[in-house]
Amino acid sequence: MIKILSKIDGINNVLENNNLLEIEFEKNNIIKIFNELKDNTELNFNQLLDITAVDYPSREFRFDLIYILQSLTKNKKIILKTFIQVNESIESITNIHKSADWYERECYDLFGIEFINHPDLRRIMTDYNFEGYPLRKDFPLTGHTEVRYDDLEKKVIYEPVKLTQEFRNFDSESPWEGMENKLFGDEKSTGEN
Amino acid sequence: MKEVELNTTTINFGPQHPAAHGVLRLVVELEGEVVQRAEPHIGLLHRGTEKLIEYKTYLQAVPYFDRLDYVSPMCQEHAFALATENLLGIHVPERAKYIRVIFAEITRILNHLLNIPAYAADIGAVTPFLWCFEEREKLLEFHEAVSGARFHAAYFRPGGVHQDMPEGMEEKLFEHFKTLPKFIDDLESLLTNNRILRQRSVDIGIISKSEAIEWGCSGPVLRSAGVAWDLRRSQPYDAYDQVDFEVPVGKKGDCFDRYLVRIEEMRQSISIINQCLNKIKPGPISIEDNKITPPKRNQMKKSMEALIHHFKLFTEGYRVPAGQVYTAVEAPKGEFGVYLVSDGSSKPYRCKIRAPGFAHLQTLDHLSKGHLMADIAAILGSLDIVFGEIDR
Repeated sequence: MIKILSKIDGINNVLENNNLLEIEFEKNNIIKIFNELKDNTELNFNQLLDITAVDYPSREFRFDLIYILQSLTKNKKIILKTFIQVNESIESITNIHKSADWYERECYDLFGIEFINHPDLRRIMTDYNFEGYPLRKDFPLTGHTEVRYDDLEKKVIYEPVKLTQEFRNFDSESPWEGMENKLFGDEKSTGEN
Repeated sequence: MKEVELNTTTINFGPQHPAAHGVLRLVVELEGEVVQRAEPHIGLLHRGTEKLIEYKTYLQAVPYFDRLDYVSPMCQEHAFALATENLLGIHVPERAKYIRVIFAEITRILNHLLNIPAYAADIGAVTPFLWCFEEREKLLEFHEAVSGARFHAAYFRPGGVHQDMPEGMEEKLFEHFKTLPKFIDDLESLLTNNRILRQRSVDIGIISKSEAIEWGCSGPVLRSAGVAWDLRRSQPYDAYDQVDFEVPVGKKGDCFDRYLVRIEEMRQSISIINQCLNKIKPGPISIEDNKITPPKRNQMKKSMEALIHHFKLFTEGYRVPAGQVYTAVEAPKGEFGVYLVSDGSSKPYRCKIRAPGFAHLQTLDHLSKGHLMADIAAILGSLDIVFGEIDR
């Protein structure tokens, strides 16, 4: 299977990692690759399980865009990965896999990655009129606004977050690597003299 | 150009509707009483679980999984525990595997014992609800006996399970699962041949084999369409390769088939539990590496080392080697997956949760097109929607 996969145009890197195939591909070839993966009878990846992203703010290609596919006939799962810059967009695969619809919407909502030719690219998880992309690493855990019911205005209103106590993120990680069980002078005691 | 007069009504179903199974807002476009379009608006229960997990250690992330699909908590911890173990490269002891399988199956029965009567209640039956809740209560006592909590158990942890089953538990389980098949028969006598249930569910919300695969369906929804696909069988984890069970499939993929598949799955779960109870042997219940699992209480009173391990585990946690992994389990609702990315620190860099209900709810528009408004309640009930996992 690895051989067939690495022959497909646009696939760069095929790795096998405990019964899971990991692949890097070029985003310009996405439609061709996904069609091939689905239609090739040797592969037959017919079910799209998930689309997600991972944010690495320090990199130039900031997002890892991840597609997880499954082949019910070959009993195999595969992770496809491509790299994307902040304001870049990628072709939608809703014409190949119907289930991509909501997955792409979720990705757009939480990371701000745009999908070209998506039939209905709206926010899905967050509130109506929400601003920002919550799963980006630079979005604060507490968010920017909070809601409450205002008794005077008789409606739910949005306010900037007010915390009675600052959010505390403890860094309990030990700066030490841990001690190797070796003492200075040990090498002398194991020697022949 | 010819002018066409659209005679449709748009109504709002939910978010506060008893048949919406939580907080689903559904914008339904009707022509008369026939559904033209049903558009789910989700996210009203979005709590940012994935973001929160990025700020917690691996151990602290476990309880969040109980709160996703809150009617089948242990199966979700299972997926996270397996993902973390996979990254750590550890293997849990035999007894822990059996305990996990037993409780994953109890959780499956618990889930179906809620879904079936809730579905029946949506389409007109009241009694099953009361019957099943009594039965659920008995099973929840087992949850409580091992973990101390009825629902939010935090029992399956990376490295094994939190504590061993109390003494005599195996006999009690064995006794209890002698009586349960009788209950399922009784439940079936109320429902399966009931005229109203059949009228409301046969040929409603049909999904074909290819559509079910195409839409990313899994679990009972996929099996009801006739695809014999079960992760417990095709990609076995823990002790599932040691037990023998059947995978029930439907013929048509309508609401009634989904109901039947769930009934049969409960029977299979009982058989799996009984096999596990016969095979389980005394032994350790978690790996004996105090860098990952906490030391015993009495060790901590005597050993300095144990005390340090305990302190470090519950403050810093353990570091997980950098890497990425996707592990999935057959949760009662379908394929529940965790995509975990570690950067080598003690907190997950990214934890994406793949909820089966998310994919299932997406099909609602397709399933309900052309049906009556009242059928939407039946379809929703048969898809087994729980918003904790869909909105995350």
